[in-house]
Amino acid sequence: MAEAVAGSGIGASVRRKEDLRFITGRGRYTDDISVPGQAYAVFLRSPHARARIVSIDTAEAAAVPGVLAVLTGREMAADGLGDLPCGWLVKQSDGSDMVSAPHPPLAHDVVNYVGEPYGLVVAEDLATAWRAAELVVTEFEERPAVVDPALAMESEAIHDDVARNLAYQWVLGDQAATEAALASAAHVTRLDLVNNRLIPNAMEPRAALGIHDAGTGEHVLYTTSQNPHLERLVLSAFVRLAPEHKLRVVAPDVGGGFGSKIPVYAEETAVLWAARRVGRPVKWKAERSESFLADAHGRDHVTHAELGLDEDGRFVALKVHTTANLGAYLSLFGSSVPTYLYGTLMAGQYKTPNIFVQVHGVYTNTAPVDAYRGAGRPEATYVVERIVETAARELGRDPAELRRLNLIRPEDFPYETPVALVYDTGNYEASLDAALALIDYGGFPERKAAAARRGKRRGIGFACYIEACGLAPSKLAIQLGAGVGLYESGEIRVNPTGNVTVFTGSHSHGQGHETTFAQVVAERFGIGIDDVEVVHGDTGRVEFGLGTYGSRSLAVGGSALVRAADKVVEKGRRIAAHMLEADVTDVEFADGRFIVRDSNQSLSFGEVAFAAYVPANYPDDLEPGLSEKAFYDPENFTFPAGTHIAEVEVDEETGAVELVDFVAVDDFGQVINPMIVHGQVHGGVAQGVGQALLERGLYDEFGQLQTGSYMDYCIPRADDLPDFRVDTTVTPCTHNPLGVKGCGEAGAIGAPAAVMNAVTDALGVADLPMPATAEKVWRALRG
Amino acid sequence: MYPFEYHRPGSLEEARTLFHQADDGIYLAGGQTLIPTMKQRLAAPSDVVDLAGVPGLTGLALAGGTLRVGALSRHAEVAAHPEVRRALPVLAHLASCIGDPQVRNRGTLGGSVANSDPAADYPAALVALGATVHTDSRSIAAEDYFKDLFETALEPGEIITRIDFPTPARAAYRKFPHPASRYAVVGVLVAEFDGGVRVGITGAGPCAFRGTALEEALGDGLDPAALDGVEVPDAGFNSDLFASAEYRAHLVKVMARRAVQDLLEQAR
Repeated sequence: MAEAVAGSGIGASVRRKEDLRFITGRGRYTDDISVPGQAYAVFLRSPHARARIVSIDTAEAAAVPGVLAVLTGREMAADGLGDLPCGWLVKQSDGSDMVSAPHPPLAHDVVNYVGEPYGLVVAEDLATAWRAAELVVTEFEERPAVVDPALAMESEAIHDDVARNLAYQWVLGDQAATEAALASAAHVTRLDLVNNRLIPNAMEPRAALGIHDAGTGEHVLYTTSQNPHLERLVLSAFVRLAPEHKLRVVAPDVGGGFGSKIPVYAEETAVLWAARRVGRPVKWKAERSESFLADAHGRDHVTHAELGLDEDGRFVALKVHTTANLGAYLSLFGSSVPTYLYGTLMAGQYKTPNIFVQVHGVYTNTAPVDAYRGAGRPEATYVVERIVETAARELGRDPAELRRLNLIRPEDFPYETPVALVYDTGNYEASLDAALALIDYGGFPERKAAAARRGKRRGIGFACYIEACGLAPSKLAIQLGAGVGLYESGEIRVNPTGNVTVFTGSHSHGQGHETTFAQVVAERFGIGIDDVEVVHGDTGRVEFGLGTYGSRSLAVGGSALVRAADKVVEKGRRIAAHMLEADVTDVEFADGRFIVRDSNQSLSFGEVAFAAYVPANYPDDLEPGLSEKAFYDPENFTFPAGTHIAEVEVDEETGAVELVDFVAVDDFGQVINPMIVHGQVHGGVAQGVGQALLERGLYDEFGQLQTGSYMDYCIPRADDLPDFRVDTTVTPCTHNPLGVKGCGEAGAIGAPAAVMNAVTDALGVADLPMPATAEKVWRALRG
Repeated sequence: MYPFEYHRPGSLEEARTLFHQADDGIYLAGGQTLIPTMKQRLAAPSDVVDLAGVPGLTGLALAGGTLRVGALSRHAEVAAHPEVRRALPVLAHLASCIGDPQVRNRGTLGGSVANSDPAADYPAALVALGATVHTDSRSIAAEDYFKDLFETALEPGEIITRIDFPTPARAAYRKFPHPASRYAVVGVLVAEFDGGVRVGITGAGPCAFRGTALEEALGDGLDPAALDGVEVPDAGFNSDLFASAEYRAHLVKVMARRAVQDLLEQAR
């Protein structure tokens, strides 16, 4: 269990430095940034799920006073802009490449989902732009649409060159061995599952401000991105919008992303392009209804799974067939989410020897699907933990004990799974036992009986999840199809007065990097965290970076900073040795002082920093200055894991489900700031509970989004949730300098399975499709 | 949002005049429905006539067994008002169940009743308690007021000034909220008057209505079990993504029974 630490170093629950500006309205988000001469964009969006654009008449709109331009996808194509790429090439089971349909930023010939942008109006003010947009007359020729992934492969092809709407058929694991083990298993549990489509709902909607300086040729794009350098790379190398050295991408304060701000979208591309065409800075901010329609969605799987067990209850094989809805186009990492971030996690925490996963990634006439908090790992956990729970019920085994029997044990590490991962470390039983104690598992029958006396059915459910985080070893990722490396950069500039400016390629959009990273650096240098400023999110200030997703920031970005800090200390030792007339091997650095071993001679960190910039008494063979950088490429993924347990009560009469207790015991490795870690768990669990009980991105058969506002799409609120009880166990990651694993997604990964296991336990049914809304539960209760 | 003219009249007369002069005018009370609708460009009034500056539309007072509530009383005000909590606690409770704190701090009784959303809470109280809707030109009994989906007895330009609620001996309101909107999927208010029991239902149908079959079943001594045999036909009931008409009909009985149970726990 992590011990609370006083002060502001590693292990201390320091209050977040950034929160003062956030909670007092002083945050600086994209829409807060305005520049002289700025114009406003409104996008033309498809009202149809699938149609050919016959004609676009912009004359009336263009004639509205105040309208600067009405631009469509046809102009963009004529300007030679490239398609939005999918950044992860998935290989099919026959060795061929996945089939990636062209994805023009602005549609120019066909539209393939409701809300797809095909043009924009740029005007002096927003109201004029909206008015003019409504005057654009577009003739569409509608075509039949498909929205259900289960029907996609039998439906008319959406894209000319994609037969059966199949982007790829991907497999992992040994099919023959798995089938054989299932055939000879003492018991086989079969389960059909749907993982509901989710809409991310970051608090800050997406926004962009494009600026083009015709004098210098410089392009500046302020936008809501989790990875501004990646955005710059894509816009330069693939979209060919501007050369990389003439393009600066700034992601200032960003109000949440959850993965939805990883992709490079049409809107920011078009805004920057329009700025150059019109000769004016152009700003766009999504209305919430646009966010619902056109942000990348999450999940949306249909799965059949089979788990074989031997006479003792040991898992002998797991077979998983999934159809994953990729939406109308392959989003930036849309292809990797239901494959490499999904199939590879099917071992879970267990020693299942034979695993085979087959995924059909299909196109449908829906918004593109990409990473959403957890990205593949919640879906994998849902399959593994729902079927394990179901197996326990079928066999009359205690679900906790059946899991315990199958856990990978501490002595098994490093553990190579049958699905391509090597878990470096963990102690799954420790988390399980701590969670059982926290929930008072032994007291459950009494709680259930007490609930029954109140007309409530109480259920309990487990999720012993694992995730692969700290994305990712570059060579491995590139070998598996990633279009970029997944290292991270860090730079530490020690200023002459001894305070420190830190530059990280990670991006904070709510995670608290300005605090956590400052704690890491401050501890290393023995200075206060207020003497550390963390800079991120600006390609003009930070050398390079891959951004923040996959719970990678601290494990990869933090490790880069540790490496850079080590270099600073190393140089400092040489400066100090010279100044103190000692041998460098005798100079140690501790508690903010360079000390000559076995002497009373020392220099402070600040004194050495000053000397580096005012090199009066300074080594001849050393460059002045004290600024170092490092790129850190991880050796392996990190593997956070833990046990989540949910208890629900179902109202017998109404079917309403109340989550009454939730415990999470997670092993994130070393914890830098327990308060922030707990906050991340709380937020993740809330989103996971939302998936299980409340949220559903639903299209009708014609491809119209039915849950396109907060009147219908229900994200959890505080009163939907109990007080979460969270704790941590610690097995430090073996391969990064901080021993950290990442904590941002765990809640969303474990919670859906735990909650649905509890709901199905309460109802005594094998499955209920998420979300477990009241009428659905009421009908299940009626049998 | 489309451009519009904003007006803030200082009298009912001025408000009416502005309304009738406008091409497509609309009154603004708390704005909790109107403003979001305008922001989504689903409403495009030419003129918005804000009633906030009109005197005489606020205030709460008890007069001879009737609680008079000014039309611009905000939900939070009704929920917290000592006079309401003493004389008509069910109305305070109902108001405390509306929407969320932001909605309750801005939304008004008159605005809600004028809008007549099928899932609004207040209409259940008006119907069950036999309230009277006072406007700038007349008085309308609640049962004559709610006509259909978003349709009321109000004439164009007519302004609700006050609503009078008779105070029952006991009453209780049970609501099954929509998890997203927090509107009533079904809300049932059961009121016991000296002359008998009245039941008001919101959320289930196109507008609030009296549950006469439930009233009859409860006529003999307010027994919750008496509701078990009552048929609640779902013909004409609302059906949406969250709840079918059949489920709503079921919820009417469940909420009614729970309201009766709540009511019985109160002292007469």
